[in-house]
Amino acid sequence: MTDTVDTPPTPFGRNPRHFGIDPSDAWPDDVPKDQDDTHWRYEGDPKGARKAERRIAAAWTVTMLASVGLAVVYVDGANNVLAGLCWGLAFGGLGIGMLLWARDLMPGHDVIASRGHHNVSSEADRVAVAESLGRGLDPMARRPFLFKMLGAVGGVFGIAIAFPIASLGPRPQRNLFKTAWGKGVRAVTLDGKPVRPSDLPYNGILTVFPETNVHDALAPTLLLNLGNLTNETPPERVGWNIPIDGKTGIIAVSKICTHAGCPASLYNVVTHQLVCPCHYSTFDVLQICKPIFGPAPRGLPQLPLAVDAEGYIVAQADYSSAGGGPVGPGFWNRG
Amino acid sequence: MSTTEERMSAQKRMRLARSGTDTVDERLGSSKFLTSVLDKIFPDHWSFMVGEIAMDSLIVLIITGIYLALFYVPSSKEVVYAPTSGHVYIPLVGQRMSEAYQSVINISFNVRFGLIMRQAHHWAALIFLAAVFFHMARIFFTGAFRKPREMNWIIGLLLWQIVALEGFTGYSLPDDLLSGTGLRVIYSIVESIPFVGTWLVYALWGGRFPGTSLIPRLFVVHEFLFPLLIIGLLTAHLMILWHQKHTDFPGPGKTETNIRGSRIWPQYALKAGGLMMLVAAVIFLLAGFVQINPVWIYGPYHPYTISAGAQPDWYLGWQDGAVRLWPHFEFRSFGHEIANPFFPGLLMPGILLNIMFAWPWIDKKIYKDYGPHNLLDRPRDKPFRTGVGVAAVVFFVVLTMASGSDILANNLHVSYEAIIVILDYLAVLGPLAGFVIAYKACQRLSQTDFHPIQRPVGGVIYRTPDGGYHTVGDVHHGPSHDVPADAGANGGHNGTASHAEGHVDETVPAPTAGD
Repeated sequence: MTDTVDTPPTPFGRNPRHFGIDPSDAWPDDVPKDQDDTHWRYEGDPKGARKAERRIAAAWTVTMLASVGLAVVYVDGANNVLAGLCWGLAFGGLGIGMLLWARDLMPGHDVIASRGHHNVSSEADRVAVAESLGRGLDPMARRPFLFKMLGAVGGVFGIAIAFPIASLGPRPQRNLFKTAWGKGVRAVTLDGKPVRPSDLPYNGILTVFPETNVHDALAPTLLLNLGNLTNETPPERVGWNIPIDGKTGIIAVSKICTHAGCPASLYNVVTHQLVCPCHYSTFDVLQICKPIFGPAPRGLPQLPLAVDAEGYIVAQADYSSAGGGPVGPGFWNRG
Repeated sequence: MSTTEERMSAQKRMRLARSGTDTVDERLGSSKFLTSVLDKIFPDHWSFMVGEIAMDSLIVLIITGIYLALFYVPSSKEVVYAPTSGHVYIPLVGQRMSEAYQSVINISFNVRFGLIMRQAHHWAALIFLAAVFFHMARIFFTGAFRKPREMNWIIGLLLWQIVALEGFTGYSLPDDLLSGTGLRVIYSIVESIPFVGTWLVYALWGGRFPGTSLIPRLFVVHEFLFPLLIIGLLTAHLMILWHQKHTDFPGPGKTETNIRGSRIWPQYALKAGGLMMLVAAVIFLLAGFVQINPVWIYGPYHPYTISAGAQPDWYLGWQDGAVRLWPHFEFRSFGHEIANPFFPGLLMPGILLNIMFAWPWIDKKIYKDYGPHNLLDRPRDKPFRTGVGVAAVVFFVVLTMASGSDILANNLHVSYEAIIVILDYLAVLGPLAGFVIAYKACQRLSQTDFHPIQRPVGGVIYRTPDGGYHTVGDVHHGPSHDVPADAGANGGHNGTASHAEGHVDETVPAPTAGD
């Protein structure tokens, strides 16, 4: 099969012999001479042919019955299972009938024919096309300045016509680093009710939103009541929890997974782990939501909490780098 | 013999056909071309139908898709579900949802035959992608991508990518909880691209996730841009196939310069039409009997909700699986970072895809075979290529399993962590093992010429030192397949004839009587 590699270079490159033939030679005639493709399967068997005809008719009868069935199903409330059955039988009967007709009563199988051409042109044609191309290339080569200028025009104009793309969206701005949380912003449930520390039982978990904008997709936050469990608090995060009876009490972490942004909303109260069901990143709540399994590279950021004068839970500030922010998955200039 | 009446009616038909073809010919001079079209021959091997199945699914997709587009509302506008007429899906009443999601609920419950069209559309997409993968594997393992068909390999790979994206955009249009979660992951993957990630997501989504621009944009892309590309590339794919003529396996009477099979008219036209009808039948039976993507159960998407068991459609499972298996690594330096999802979500598939694009040229280098081919390789005769293909398939399967790792853990009663660790090892070692096993198996099969699912034909022909021949192991007793005594020397254009006819080995000394 590799009989062409070692021959010296020719106008046809490394493959002077296409399919083992010199392209300037005639295509070989290796088609059997006595072929007769007018025969069909039941040609000499009228009984078999009649049976075949009946089989095809039966298949197409199924199609007709199923079509009537479709109309009935449609009028009678369009039951999905019956509709699928009728559509399937209608298409199936039609297709099987066609296949049987081709197989049993139609001529034209098992024919051998020549592929008929080299799929490559003669040397003269190749020279001709190169010359036609050269008719334009040579004058261009005589004007190198214009040719180079055309390249520059393409670059400059190319940038200019790309500008409509800029309208698709705003410049990425600082709002990837910010959420609607801020100093004194109340934590509310989905229906806008503010939350008191006493609303969360021990081991309780609650999704809350900033009162100022419950639709902020980066803001959903989990309130967790850890009771008297010890949460490893680094010095810069002291006072971010709402103590209950002098113990750890309630902490707040971002619900948005730092891996791919899904809500990390499965809470295992036995092991105190938060799991994101998208790719199963697992965070240990007792180690300030450090990732302990799965692809998430960073912990869930923590939101500093306080209680306002009316006894409702509020944020001390927005998510910050001290708390492991900004919220959500990583990006190039996250810093 | 035919009666006079029959001859008369045959002549009448001929006159009728003539008047038709002549009418066209007088305008276009097309008779010679039309003859070549009607007489054209396609080979008959069953594996050559798989590409057709892909095309047939595409036709079902286009027709059902146009129907669905007449009812779908591409809008992110928030509404409260309170249908005014027709059937009501009670559990959703009073819920906030996008207009897009509401319109899909309406198609499912309030448009007669809307649900069957939706389910047929989704099933057809899954079958389309399955056929694309199978077709691609067939091309790879049999070496059909070799010269002169490299161009169609490239176009095919582009088609696979666009078809997968088309599938994903369609999956996202209902704006249900599952697809919204998928979009969130894609947003994070695009956002993780170095330098331009945030610019790209802000351009695509029109701002921060989720925004209100994406659903209408997805609709334009899914309805117009990608279908246009698919139809354009498929046209080129088929025109090139038509011009180059189909490849075929080596076999009796087949050479590099001829082609054996059925004529387009009437054999192939009827067979291909029949196959298209059968593909449609299977799709609609599935659409009727097997529920798919019940978005009313998933509920509308909100960025703060999610459910366990969140998997993409199967053809994207390998990428989702890679994102699950990739360790908690990301690159951080000089105040910048390349975030975790970039590596498994874009870098790994990108590298693999580039290798696939380059494969025809890598293959040339490996086998030092720069010549054109119309006859296919049998996979066993190219152990290295087959090994690489098997390794790729194993990798694909392991990653797809990883995409369902939570479901696996649940059903096998194994801890989730254990499943991930096992799959991590499998993703590295599985392809290596697959390569070695396939390589060795190919070598052995090639030596023995034993066919795993067919009875061997012929046997081993030995030439004795004194010039005589005898055959060992010929267990074939069916209709005679002549084994020419000079099977190794039959024809200048047919170097592979010996594959089909039995193995000729001139170096092995004559076996003793005990063999």
